[in-house]
Amino acid sequence: MTQIFAYIPFKNGAAEDVALEYPSAAKKIDEGASLTAVVTGSGADLDKVADEMTSIYSEVIKIDHADLAYPNAEVVRKVLVNIIPTDAIFLTAHDTFGMDLAPGLSVKMDSAYAADMVDFEGIDGTTLKAVRQELGGAVSTHVAIDISSGVVMTVRPGSFAPVDGGSASGAVVDKSGDAGDLSAKRKFLEIVAAEVGDVDITKSDVLVSVGRGIEDEENIEVAQELAEAMNSVVSCSRPIVDAKWLEKSRQVGTSGQTVKPKVYMAMGISGSFQHMGGVKGNPFIVAVNKNPKAPIFQVADVGIVEDILDFMPELTEAINDL
Amino acid sequence: MEILVCVKRVPDTAENEFELNSAGNDLDRDDLVYSVNEWDNYAVEEAIQIVDKVGGSVTVITVGDDESEEVLRREMAMGANNGILLSDDAFEGSDGLGIAAILKAETQKGNYDLIMSGAQADEGAGQVGGMLAAMLDYPYASLVNKIEISDGKITVGREIEGGNQEMNEMDLPCVLSIQTGINEPRYVGIRGIRKVASVDIPVKGTSDLGLDAANVGEAGAKTKRVDYFVPDTGEGAEMLEGSTDEIIEKLIEKLKAKGGL
Ligand SMILES: Cc1cc2nc3c(=O)[nH]c(=O)nc-3n(C[C@H](O)[C@H](O)[C@H](O)COP(=O)(O)OP(=O)(O)OC[C@H]3O[C@@H](n4cnc5c(N)ncnc54)[C@H](O)[C@@H]3O)c2cc1C
Repeated sequence: MTQIFAYIPFKNGAAEDVALEYPSAAKKIDEGASLTAVVTGSGADLDKVADEMTSIYSEVIKIDHADLAYPNAEVVRKVLVNIIPTDAIFLTAHDTFGMDLAPGLSVKMDSAYAADMVDFEGIDGTTLKAVRQELGGAVSTHVAIDISSGVVMTVRPGSFAPVDGGSASGAVVDKSGDAGDLSAKRKFLEIVAAEVGDVDITKSDVLVSVGRGIEDEENIEVAQELAEAMNSVVSCSRPIVDAKWLEKSRQVGTSGQTVKPKVYMAMGISGSFQHMGGVKGNPFIVAVNKNPKAPIFQVADVGIVEDILDFMPELTEAINDL
Repeated sequence: MEILVCVKRVPDTAENEFELNSAGNDLDRDDLVYSVNEWDNYAVEEAIQIVDKVGGSVTVITVGDDESEEVLRREMAMGANNGILLSDDAFEGSDGLGIAAILKAETQKGNYDLIMSGAQADEGAGQVGGMLAAMLDYPYASLVNKIEISDGKITVGREIEGGNQEMNEMDLPCVLSIQTGINEPRYVGIRGIRKVASVDIPVKGTSDLGLDAANVGEAGAKTKRVDYFVPDTGEGAEMLEGSTDEIIEKLIEKLKAKGGL
């Protein structure tokens, strides 16, 4: 029987949403597989998450150790190598922890590796067929993974339907004793909180969000004028912050702000999952992009193929004339 | 400090509209514009800045075909001192583990204190740095957006969810994958590229690296790309068409209905 293990990331005693998504992913890998949750950490937060997981998973492995209080990928990897059978399927989220942990884990487990899975199409013999994306979501690919000696995979958060918790009545298995040597060459020091800016984009019902399509720092003003006409504020994608054209607090996405506006105007943004991961609450999304094949058109409600540098001023003028 | 930076030549997402070839099993690569992976420029810039401060040298390395030499030269024009091209027909079709194994073989011939890569490249996997570190038994940190080096100690910041920064202290040698925004990569002009046009870049293959062809390339790959496909655009947005004036009129109606105006 296929054995699947899923690593549960959590913060302040609450599991991340992906914990509810792994069961759907596991079903698509192999309907008949066993699925075990793995939680590592320390103390009351860990116990709380482990208990919560018993309503979703029939088996929950818990590893409690003071050195696991903060999830240092190197330490967690050492534990997992001792706990997970080498021919198993191991899942973790394609988030900043999973990206830190999983590639090295596959080496230590001598397993195959596959990153950022968005869909699975089942196992045929020892080959798992899966779907992922390349080139910032511009194209998708099928991949065939030889899982005869196990596989480590990251799954994209939000790609698999969340299950309703509460149905399982699983048990927690404490494997803290099997953790082994936890010495590491990398030590966690502290978290430095992201800077707070002068504009809080999370408070605005409408966002005019600009991406690399804005082309030049001077053009930000064009977006600013549209935002003013719409009584809203300007937010942006990551490259705009990397270029230092806008401050970090205006960045929407997994490594920026999570916003829940009513209307999201994506201007010259391609629609990478890291960007869209910060757009929540199912807003009405308007995408303007000069590339008719831009991935943003997959997720937007309304799409317009135009050059934003021409389109935004005209839209601003039309709104001001209302 | 001897620094090795792993770089890759990739199709430029800003310059291309991707189409499939007629067989449907690959991109139509005939007219694709290639460039250096965006993340790698930040890694090379960071390496140059470190060497400017503490001394040493920067070597850029890539696994690729003949054409990949151009990205090495570009990074050398930025200021990297040496380039190494790992190229062999047997490397074709390598998965991440294969690429990491090839890089490991060359890494062990040098004496590097610090190895860097971009946080991810065109495939969006972000895998090679972490694999290389594990193969070498070096510590690893991904998504690094701050590096401080003093007295043989390295402190790195990792950018985590919400833009928060996770600070770590690491032993050297180590492997770091670099996130965009850590610095502002310098501009490279035609003149800079011309200056390094005739610098010798060694090319190494399977036998130079002491690798077994069965373990790399398509033969050794456990994860294989079967095909490419472009999801149906029909499923997505309602596309507004017509003259710009007509589009704006339709858009304003919708924005009014949805609370945008
Ligand atoms: C760990 C990690 C975390 C990340 N976190 C974030 C995050 O929080 N937020 C984020 O945004 N990104 C994040 N990224 C980066 C993300 O992967 C993408 O690289 C980024 O979102 C791309 O931004 P973009 O859409 O503005 O640029 P591009 O992908 O370059 O897209 C620009 C778009 O503009 C269009 N365009 C160009 N010129 C014009 C014009 N004149 N008129 C109209 N359209 C035009 C192009 O067709 C293209 O579709 C993260 C990446 C990693 C690895």
